Amino acid sequence: MANATDTAPIALSGREKVFSVISKASGWLDALGFSWLVPILRMIAGDSPRAQLAELKRVLLVPLLGILAFLLAWGVLAPKVETSLGAVPGPVEVWEQAGNLWDDHTREREKAAAFYERQDQRNEKLVAAGKEPKFRTYTGKPTYLDQIVTSLLTVGLGFGIATLIAVPLGIGSGLSKTFNGAINPLIQIFKPVSPLAWLPIVTMIISATYATPYDWMPKSLLISAVTVTLCSMWPTLINTALGVASVDKDLMNVGRVLQLPTSRTITRVVLPSALPLIFTGLRLSLGVGWMVLIAAEMLAQNPGLGKFVWDEFQNGSSQSLAKIMVAVLTIGIIGFMLDRLMFALQRAFTFSANR
Amino acid sequence: MNFTRRTALALSTLALASASMLTPGQAEMLDVEKDELKFGFIKLTDMAPLAIAYEKGYFEDEGLFVTLEPQANWKVLLDRVITGELDGAHMLAGQPLAATIGFGTKAHIVTPFSMDLNGNGITVSNEVWELMKPHLEKGPDGKPVHPIKADALKKVVDGFKAQGRPFNMGMVFPVSTHNYELRYWLASGGIHPGYYSPSDVSGQIGADALLSVTPPPQMPATLEAGTIDGYCVGEPWNQAAVFKGIGVPVITDYEIWKNNPEKVFGLTKEFTEENPNTTLALTKALIRAAKWLDENDNANRAEAVEILARSEYVGADAEVIANSMTGTFEYEKGDKRAVPDFNVFYRYYATYPYYSDAVWYLTQMRRWGQIPEAKSDEWFHETAKSVYLPDIYLKAARMLVDEGHVAEADFPWDTDGYRAPTPAADIIDGIAYDGKAPNDYLDSLTIGLKGEEVVGG
Repeated sequence: MANATDTAPIALSGREKVFSVISKASGWLDALGFSWLVPILRMIAGDSPRAQLAELKRVLLVPLLGILAFLLAWGVLAPKVETSLGAVPGPVEVWEQAGNLWDDHTREREKAAAFYERQDQRNEKLVAAGKEPKFRTYTGKPTYLDQIVTSLLTVGLGFGIATLIAVPLGIGSGLSKTFNGAINPLIQIFKPVSPLAWLPIVTMIISATYATPYDWMPKSLLISAVTVTLCSMWPTLINTALGVASVDKDLMNVGRVLQLPTSRTITRVVLPSALPLIFTGLRLSLGVGWMVLIAAEMLAQNPGLGKFVWDEFQNGSSQSLAKIMVAVLTIGIIGFMLDRLMFALQRAFTFSANR
Repeated sequence: MNFTRRTALALSTLALASASMLTPGQAEMLDVEKDELKFGFIKLTDMAPLAIAYEKGYFEDEGLFVTLEPQANWKVLLDRVITGELDGAHMLAGQPLAATIGFGTKAHIVTPFSMDLNGNGITVSNEVWELMKPHLEKGPDGKPVHPIKADALKKVVDGFKAQGRPFNMGMVFPVSTHNYELRYWLASGGIHPGYYSPSDVSGQIGADALLSVTPPPQMPATLEAGTIDGYCVGEPWNQAAVFKGIGVPVITDYEIWKNNPEKVFGLTKEFTEENPNTTLALTKALIRAAKWLDENDNANRAEAVEILARSEYVGADAEVIANSMTGTFEYEKGDKRAVPDFNVFYRYYATYPYYSDAVWYLTQMRRWGQIPEAKSDEWFHETAKSVYLPDIYLKAARMLVDEGHVAEADFPWDTDGYRAPTPAADIIDGIAYDGKAPNDYLDSLTIGLKGEEVVGG
């Protein structure tokens, strides 16, 4: 009996603990786009179902209805448009092609496995004959999943380079009016230039300077990445400059009173205050970079999703349009996920204003 | 050399019989200098030998690990071969020659392997076809009599002129077979396709029909948009126009010039010198692929169509590719005719790099002003010999014969590199072609530069 009375408050505090965990997690789930999980978790934990159901309707049911309505409209309207490649595919055909692409992927992987098996047999013979065995990588076509991975790597690299260039420049131009005056016209001129215009220039310069490519960094990857850099660095640069310039004067003065060296001022005062805006810039940059990458890959015929779209367009088969739509949806979903990822990072690294 | 279909059949059955008795000996693999290769191609059915050599494991048999990569257009493809991004590529026969003589990007490109014969067609838009129809001779079945000559088109072009409308046509590249075939056909009907000059490389000087470059896969879309009124292109892009109902193929190149050479496999001279064994090995693989494509009277074509229809190769619908690959060709919708030799990969010594083929391309470059000054017969022969390398081809063929993969009779061992002159009956305007006398041939053509003539302007 005594035990029972002992456990009751603990159970209660346990339940409270669960709720506080859920509340803490809800911010993160929001950032990652899983806000609809929160009311479900709360219901599971035993919160009043009515309030939670209303919440669930708002964050889950309404968006789902929107998507459903879109799919319906698409399914009804698509067959009415006849192109020279047949009718525009509806959601069903697109889903079918997504399955096809997956089958393609598994088939290609099987072919690769067969190739390695043959290679092992050859090598056994070579070893038996007292020769050096030869190991070579399989040379099949990149599957749809491979193309997605390539695109992600490229955009990651381009975005990384852009960040490394834009953040220091932004800090510089935020801290010094002179420096800002010097680079501002350049930013204004280069910002609106399309990736398609940069591409030939980048291609020529990289072909000339990066003559002997490393295996892990093919020329095509670098060309696409640098194009992404040139187009996506501007939002980061501008927002960083703005964030740094608008750091609270009191904070800067405190730094002066303490006689902090410039480097400490930047790391201790400027960066923490400017971080929210820097992250806003980074989010914008990543969005732009992802968008630009597809165009760059398309034009330069560099491996990735853009090339997939272009190749399918060139194929002009009855399945091409549906496959391109699969790619469009993939590009959209990945872009959305990248944005959410940046948002989550922003939450992790910035201090809220009231801290 | 009178080599008829029947003897070809008899020989191939003989070869098969002997091959089934002899199991191919396990040959000693060539010691290749470079075993990881990247080859480029354009999405056309005549890239088939490359796809087959890869899919059937012929490259692997030679110890080569090949990546096949589709290219955006012919210029990108050639530039990438020159810079070494690609080790070799499926090329227009005119490309190695033009690069070597310095028309366009200058680089010494060579070829040990001819890829195929025929395979192109000329398509006009529905509007032009309707205008041409009244001028065509009809057969007893009410269908137009083939081959359709360009005389019928001449009236349409004149009509366009009277209205002040330009008559535009698309071809795939300034030094492409398609450009020369289209020009040949137009000129044979009295339509001037325009000259090139050193200062004006548009190729539209004095033209009745304005020719411009469009990449093959975009031909149907460009025709549909009305930017061009017709085009000359390889398969599947003529049949695609029929399928989509946007145009009508009027003639195949088989009817313009019977069994004309079409594509070659191009490599840089440097590559062949640095990697002699690799060059031999890849030539062997390609010869085997060509044989597979044509053996047993095209028995494997259906499987080839399935392979080519995959998105990593040509990617068009299988039935579109099948049309020409399996020996029929659809002109007007519903007007299907048998053209058994529309695509030839191995018969008639199709893969041997004949000097006379190279000479014909050079004569056409001279004819239209891409070669601005007169050249001696010797120059034509020298240039052909610096680009076409039958020695490598025969060496590869000899090895394959020894290994039991191909028959002795499949190769012209004793040829001097010049085909027997093409008789007048096999060419649309009835002018015979003898590769040994290029300048006489140029003089015998109607429209075009002759002797010492140069283009003004």
